[in-house]
Amino acid sequence: MKSQISNKRKIFIFTMKLLMWISVIITMALVLFMVIYVMAKGLPNITYQFLSTKPSYLSDTIGILPNILNTVYIVIATLVFVIPLGVGAAIYLTEYASNKKLVSIIEYASETLSGIPSIIYGLVGMLFFCQFLNMKTSILAGAFTLVIMNLPIIMRTTQESLKTVPQSYREGAFGLGAGKWRVIRTVVLPGCVDGVITGCILSIGRILGESAALLFTAGFAHAVNGFIEGLFSSGATLTVALYVYAKERGEFEVAFATAAVLMILTIIINLAATMVSRYFNKRRSI
Amino acid sequence: MKKKQLVENIIHGVFLILGLITVGCVLLITVYLVISGIPAIMEIGFNDFIFGKTWASTAAQPQYGILPFILTSIYGTAGAIAIGVPIGFLCSVYLSKMAKPKFKAIMESAVSLLAGIPSVIYGLVGMLVLVPAIRELFDIPDGASLFAAIIVLAIMILPSIIKVSMTALDAVPKEYEDASLALGATDVETYFKISVPAAKSGIAAAVVLGVGRAIGEAMAVMMVSGNAPNMPELFQSVRFLTTAVASEMAYSSGLQQQALFSIALVLFLFIMLINATLNFFLKREKGE
Repeated sequence: MKSQISNKRKIFIFTMKLLMWISVIITMALVLFMVIYVMAKGLPNITYQFLSTKPSYLSDTIGILPNILNTVYIVIATLVFVIPLGVGAAIYLTEYASNKKLVSIIEYASETLSGIPSIIYGLVGMLFFCQFLNMKTSILAGAFTLVIMNLPIIMRTTQESLKTVPQSYREGAFGLGAGKWRVIRTVVLPGCVDGVITGCILSIGRILGESAALLFTAGFAHAVNGFIEGLFSSGATLTVALYVYAKERGEFEVAFATAAVLMILTIIINLAATMVSRYFNKRRSI
Repeated sequence: MKKKQLVENIIHGVFLILGLITVGCVLLITVYLVISGIPAIMEIGFNDFIFGKTWASTAAQPQYGILPFILTSIYGTAGAIAIGVPIGFLCSVYLSKMAKPKFKAIMESAVSLLAGIPSVIYGLVGMLVLVPAIRELFDIPDGASLFAAIIVLAIMILPSIIKVSMTALDAVPKEYEDASLALGATDVETYFKISVPAAKSGIAAAVVLGVGRAIGEAMAVMMVSGNAPNMPELFQSVRFLTTAVASEMAYSSGLQQQALFSIALVLFLFIMLINATLNFFLKREKGE
């Protein structure tokens, strides 16, 4: 059959296809460039000494062990607080709340929280946690700031997984005479484990990449501390250290090595998120 | 029996409090920004603060005009949208409608990775690749400029635009497209003339989300924009609302620090406006 498409239409189709391909290629090239460039510049500078020591003026070496530890501390401290709060809020919304207006207010609040830029979190965190609650610039103050930031993530993923717990499970448990709390403990909570895990992975990714909110709440120090001691003292996470080394000290080799470490962690977290969601989807469909 | 009821009520109360924590956090942030942001505006004067063209916070005769920051943020965001939205939009149409499932899956994880890269890494790469390139290409003394910031922001908003538009495009009912195809439109025509209009609320939401991301980004912009409080010009060193707060906070005190809180308040008002717009589009998307 001969094509009956007019030239005008042909040109439209061709241009659109061309533009789409260009856009896709640009996006793909960007991802590849970012990953390859950072790895190529950073990986050669990563040594065991770099990962396992702190910066030393005596031997004039820079190590990022304190920053790795601070990042781990801040992740743990944030998750410890944000999981109960976020899961609790999600349970309230899906299991208890009967007032539609209240639900929409809470949901609007959580959407607002996820739209607020991190520099504002940093500022309010500094005013409230560091100054008003007198916590000084410390990992814990930074972690509390991040708790507010990550609350919407945990709430959303938990809520989504709670919605997939069949209503009949709850009704069955009620039918057997269980109280509301018992139903939540034994039926609802086990059902939202996947949501909590997904939320945790997303939160870890966000915490790992966060810098603006931590500049004024967790500070810049590079000391190696134990966990408890570390929580109450100032400390730079990997991202903050990267910023300081690149912008304020011009140590680009160190900055790129740190960037490569962060990039590897980001890739791992992305893979973990994909694998977890695939695993849970498969299990749910059985 | 009564005791059991009591326990249930207590637990209900505990969950209610947990549920209200987000509302409390929003109130806390709003109250703190308003309380700490208003005094400086009162002292400097609303007009001098918002429409003042000079920011010289450490001068002997300090001047606190934030018009340069406001305009830089608006221009920077507009530029990032102008570059990022067409690319993101076209990319999402291709991935949602035309790409093979395997390619779509690969690109989806690539886009998630792009979204997950910490902003300081964008800043670092921008500092060492983009800024020198701009300096060479346009033959200017320093490449750290509004233009560099626009490019970095465009890249950073790309993933959210692609993801949200793809979700909207994926949700267009297959029947619409089938009807168009049956009437003789080709696939590309169908996607652009039927699917895209059907998903327009979702795509609008993607754009608004991009605006919010761009206006709120601090660290990457701080590393590539030069950070001098000039009125915005494409190839000049500029300072955004976010970077104005971040760059002076560490050593500021007194009225200077209060003025920084006021800047944050202005930024916050922008964000609230953007959030309300976003919500409007998302509601409409759900309604359709």
